[in-house]
Amino acid sequence: MIGHIILRRTASALAGLVVASVVIFLALSVLGGDAATVVLGDQATQENITALRQRFGLDVSPPEQYLRWMKGMVTGDLGRSHLTGAPVGPELRRRLPVTLPLTLLGLSIALLIALPAGLYSAVRHQRASGALISAGSQVGMAIPVFWAALMLSSFFAVRVGWFPSGGFVPWSESVPGALESLVLPAVSLGIIQAAIFTRYVRSAILDVMRSDYIQMARATGLTWTQSLWRHGLRNAAIPLVTVVGLQFGVLLGGTIIIENVFYLPGLGSMIVGAVNQRDLIVVQSVTLVLTAIIVATNLATDLSYRFLDPRLRSQ
Amino acid sequence: MSILTVENLSIGFGSNSAVREFDLGMSERDRMGLVGESGCGKTVTALTLAGLRPESAWATGVVRYGDQSGSNMLAMSERQLATLRGGTVVMMPQDPAAALDPAKRIGRQMGDVIVRRHRVSRARARSVCVDVLERVGLRRAEERLRSYPHELSGGQRQRVVLAMAISCRPKLLIADEPTTALDVTAQAGIVRLLSQVVAEEGIALLYITHDLSVIAALCQDVMVMYGGRIVEFGRVKRVFRAPHHPYTSGLLTAIPASNFQEGHTRGARLPTIPGSVPALGEFPTGCVFRDRCSRATERCIDTPPRSLAPDGYFECWHPIMETE
Amino acid sequence: MTERATEFREPYEVPELSAEPVSRQRGRRRVPLTLWGGSLLLSLAPIAAFVSFFWTPKDPTAQDIEQRLSSPGQNGYLLGSDGFGRDIASQLMAGAQNSLVVGGLGVSLALLGGITLASLAVIRSGWLEEVIMRLSDVVYAFPVVIVALILSAKMGPGNLPGILAVAILFTPVVARLVRGSAVPLFEREFVLAARAYGRGRTYVFFRHILPNLSALVIVQATVMFAIAILLEASLSYLGLGVSPPTPSWGRMLRDAQQFLSVAPWVAVWPGLAIIVTVLGFNLAGDGLRDLADPKLHRAVR
Repeated sequence: MIGHIILRRTASALAGLVVASVVIFLALSVLGGDAATVVLGDQATQENITALRQRFGLDVSPPEQYLRWMKGMVTGDLGRSHLTGAPVGPELRRRLPVTLPLTLLGLSIALLIALPAGLYSAVRHQRASGALISAGSQVGMAIPVFWAALMLSSFFAVRVGWFPSGGFVPWSESVPGALESLVLPAVSLGIIQAAIFTRYVRSAILDVMRSDYIQMARATGLTWTQSLWRHGLRNAAIPLVTVVGLQFGVLLGGTIIIENVFYLPGLGSMIVGAVNQRDLIVVQSVTLVLTAIIVATNLATDLSYRFLDPRLRSQ
Repeated sequence: MSILTVENLSIGFGSNSAVREFDLGMSERDRMGLVGESGCGKTVTALTLAGLRPESAWATGVVRYGDQSGSNMLAMSERQLATLRGGTVVMMPQDPAAALDPAKRIGRQMGDVIVRRHRVSRARARSVCVDVLERVGLRRAEERLRSYPHELSGGQRQRVVLAMAISCRPKLLIADEPTTALDVTAQAGIVRLLSQVVAEEGIALLYITHDLSVIAALCQDVMVMYGGRIVEFGRVKRVFRAPHHPYTSGLLTAIPASNFQEGHTRGARLPTIPGSVPALGEFPTGCVFRDRCSRATERCIDTPPRSLAPDGYFECWHPIMETE
Repeated sequence: MTERATEFREPYEVPELSAEPVSRQRGRRRVPLTLWGGSLLLSLAPIAAFVSFFWTPKDPTAQDIEQRLSSPGQNGYLLGSDGFGRDIASQLMAGAQNSLVVGGLGVSLALLGGITLASLAVIRSGWLEEVIMRLSDVVYAFPVVIVALILSAKMGPGNLPGILAVAILFTPVVARLVRGSAVPLFEREFVLAARAYGRGRTYVFFRHILPNLSALVIVQATVMFAIAILLEASLSYLGLGVSPPTPSWGRMLRDAQQFLSVAPWVAVWPGLAIIVTVLGFNLAGDGLRDLADPKLHRAVR
């Protein structure tokens, strides 16, 4: 039963990814020009375009380009950046260990802050303290993530010097060093994301608090605290997992930006650099990888809330 | 043996009172009905008596479980209330579907209650669960222990809720419209079951509803509530046969093909009480019912006093007396 | 998808429509504090932008290297000057224009596209509704930044990628919102009455249903506007927004980064401008939501 669902959902996710890849391919290599036309811009004559296409390996039909690209994603051969000439595949692989840990660290910090804050603000929703947290999360949501990063950096890196203001120490060189490089970036990400999550946590807990089964639990002799602990948390987790899945894209977007604030060599800085240089081939592949990460995360959250909520298990 | 004494209970939200001057005395094995339309204050009364009063509601008066030496429930903390709840008084809510934790199996939920209340092992609790479930008429009880709430029908869920309630061995069971969310067949079943169970277990029952026919079948005494006040109270048999308060009379004649009132002809237009229940805070001064009462006069601008009857009381300047 | 699972599919709490149709509502409900406060905050930017068309304290693009990094109040710079000696206050006012343009155009396009799509789906129900549902499911979780980056790569720097990214990503969202809320309205009495008179679906949709959705749409618009402003700031910060010398809040922050150690205020002011404006939109949206359906804040039972 469960196995069926996992299979179906995974297949559905893969199908979605394929569709996304087609859309990305069309957007970057077909509609409105491809890498060659974009690079040449005003100097685009037919000969220049053809010559450049040949250099880029774009002189085959679009469907074939697409298939080559897809094959490359699997084998690891994604061509070369037209600017640096460096092979894209290995570069991608090199940068994943920066982006992924950073995103996960950011998410963890966000949850670490939001769960207690949201819980507190829900339980005390009629008092000033609860309202204060709500207000705080409203303000937090309005802060651009890179500004938070700049502010944190200006104090903790520049003024006090506890953490580096940029750069990344590779994991292979020094694990503590790598972690140190990720602290300020992850905290910046985490704080802003926490502001967003707090509202949802608060809402989920309030819904649970108003529920009949909590009232029944109290009717049989539990206090508020006891009944929330035994019955509330598990049920509140269900909508929260969904929200984490939905917000993951936003979080990843934040990571992309943060990498540029702190000069971290991850996928974010790779794609922004490529966009700046109009290096469409690189943009295309990095976008697909980022999309794949989002799809995978959505799949994971989809499956886990099915696990949490017995009512959905037969779907 | 007195279980519950309520004196002059008033409950309200902000500057409005939802319930005023509510008195009640219940002893072992008593079966009391509380009847009224939606919005009259009966649910918040039930919640308060069950120790589940919402934080936004204030309450004054005395609510005392047990004998004279007990403390006033209204002054208790959540911890103290939690001790009372379950063991002394337990409430069965309206909607059985929502009263069970959707993420936990039935056996687990019930078992938790029993283990906690009676301090027995899980294994022992399990057999008690099966026992109680069978007592409430749930077939294949052993299997049901492993089910989730959404796998059961409404009627079955209500039985499980009842089972959970009585497994606490309370002195008083407060049932707040337990059949509204059910279809007609299930309703009848639950009412029959309730009657049986409270008799067997020796539990006192406070049954809250807007449905008079159930009160007739289940209870000995009835309180009629309107606008937060008890407008009539007495033995079911007498009240249904010869109500004193015009509102009670109106409720009774509004029952289709009612057997309770003489002179009700079949096929005639269904009588209703004109108007509708006012919202909280919009009740008229003086007699709460005077805006809808056909017998109202200028006298009714003053709140009518409580007039005693042999089996209870009523509050009306122009009551319906048996000679009419 | 069961109802339970879709509960949180709406990324923003969608208020329930009030019990009475818009055409019959009477009496004023108390306007919530959030609405006042929010509207106040969010109006600062348009006012500044408007004024900046006619006047700014100094020329926002004029550089004066001698007076670079002056602190607030020094040398006649109200809020100080940046690394090139440009007046921060003037840049803030002029930068407001840019943010609002991106926000305004992006949101307008999204609303236009979304309502059109929803109208088509409702009037001609069928496969289009399915498509909208699927599409909006997909884009809910997709970050607008990435879409903007792709468009930037294609189109080059400027405001257009940001505007289009917002438009593309939010059209399905708006469509789903409008369509989803319109469907139950078709069953309501005032609509049935109109249909009984012989009015067709199209007429009923535009004359009766859409006006009742205006509250929902406006709330959604405030949310989208806030996102658009943050997007514009982010893109400009990354160097992909509108090109200099046109002032932009995001690019002000980009320029300020190197001077963080010596002149932090250069980064504080543009950040505050963004925060205040975005906060304004969010609060106003919340306030409107409260106004439309105060039941969302009922007390715990």
